[in-house]
Amino acid sequence: MVSIIWGAFIAIGILFSIGSGQVEGINSAILKGASDGMELLLSMMPVLVLWSGIMKIAEDAGILQKFSRLVQPLLHKLFPSLQKDDPALGYIASNIAANALGLGSAATPFGLKAMESMQKKNPHPSVATDSMVTFLILNTAGVTIIPTTVIALRMGQGSANPSEIILTSVLATFCSSFAGLCLDWFLRKRKQR
Amino acid sequence: MNVVSLFILPIFVVGVVLYGFFHHVDIYESFLKGAKEGIVMTFHIAPAVVAMVFATNLFLHSNFIAWFFQFLNPVFQFLHVPMEILPMALVRPISGTASLAILNSILITYGPDSFMGRLASTLQGCTDTTIYVLALYFGSVHIKKTGHALGVGLFADLVGILASFLLVSVFFGV
Repeated sequence: MVSIIWGAFIAIGILFSIGSGQVEGINSAILKGASDGMELLLSMMPVLVLWSGIMKIAEDAGILQKFSRLVQPLLHKLFPSLQKDDPALGYIASNIAANALGLGSAATPFGLKAMESMQKKNPHPSVATDSMVTFLILNTAGVTIIPTTVIALRMGQGSANPSEIILTSVLATFCSSFAGLCLDWFLRKRKQR
Repeated sequence: MNVVSLFILPIFVVGVVLYGFFHHVDIYESFLKGAKEGIVMTFHIAPAVVAMVFATNLFLHSNFIAWFFQFLNPVFQFLHVPMEILPMALVRPISGTASLAILNSILITYGPDSFMGRLASTLQGCTDTTIYVLALYFGSVHIKKTGHALGVGLFADLVGILASFLLVSVFFGV
């Protein structure tokens, strides 16, 4: 999938530039690409390194577990088809907690575990269950409290206040998650009838 | 309301550090361990970032989007939004690195503290790579029929885009 985007960007970029007579600019765009990429990386690196350090403290102090226990009662309402003691609920809670705290690499293993444990009780193993769909809608809406990479990037570009977009991001995330869950609920109700 | 944004980061940092300290975590050692992981991670993503910045540079340079989506011009003019936001919104559900590369070029062109810079930043922060995540998670347990997951996921992303636009307009002004 990513291969298609990458290839299309390069092919369209070069062919369209040649076709529309912008050949001169395209040469410098090709040669500058790598250095722009490295520059972007180096400008983000300090904040990413700092943040990994802070989040490691959070991890070692068990904030992740605490946070996932906090969201668990709410999840029970969102996933009515899962039993209260279903291990999948715990994995889902940990996945969402890790995503919210911006621990993307910690979130994925929990998410895959959640899928695996829901799949075990799936009567039709090639068809997604309701709880799988709800979980992934919640997951892809991307509930993040602090979007570290964006802040890092803004700092690298000399923003006067790199973190000012936190609140708009959180509220926008909340809107999209809520809209997704509502539509999911509505479609499921319609299917049952 | 902007004041709230200013407080989130510092409160989060001091909260984590104090919480760790009072839960008998060796906070300095933990920080160093995590920071080291951060350095490793940066090098880990380096090839992908270079690849994507290279490709998006070429793509954005060609002005293909402005030409291909000419018919949407009146809409964007009405909203006072430059069309460069479109490729970012289209690519965001598939590749986080590609949209990051576009965000970077928007920040360079318009500045991070412009309306466009804030809008693009909010967009990057507010949704995830929907299509990629669905493929990864459903693929891991060999699910073929995914129900309405993709449709609803993309619908949620669309709501996120519209919400970003409204929120940034209200919070920072156009």
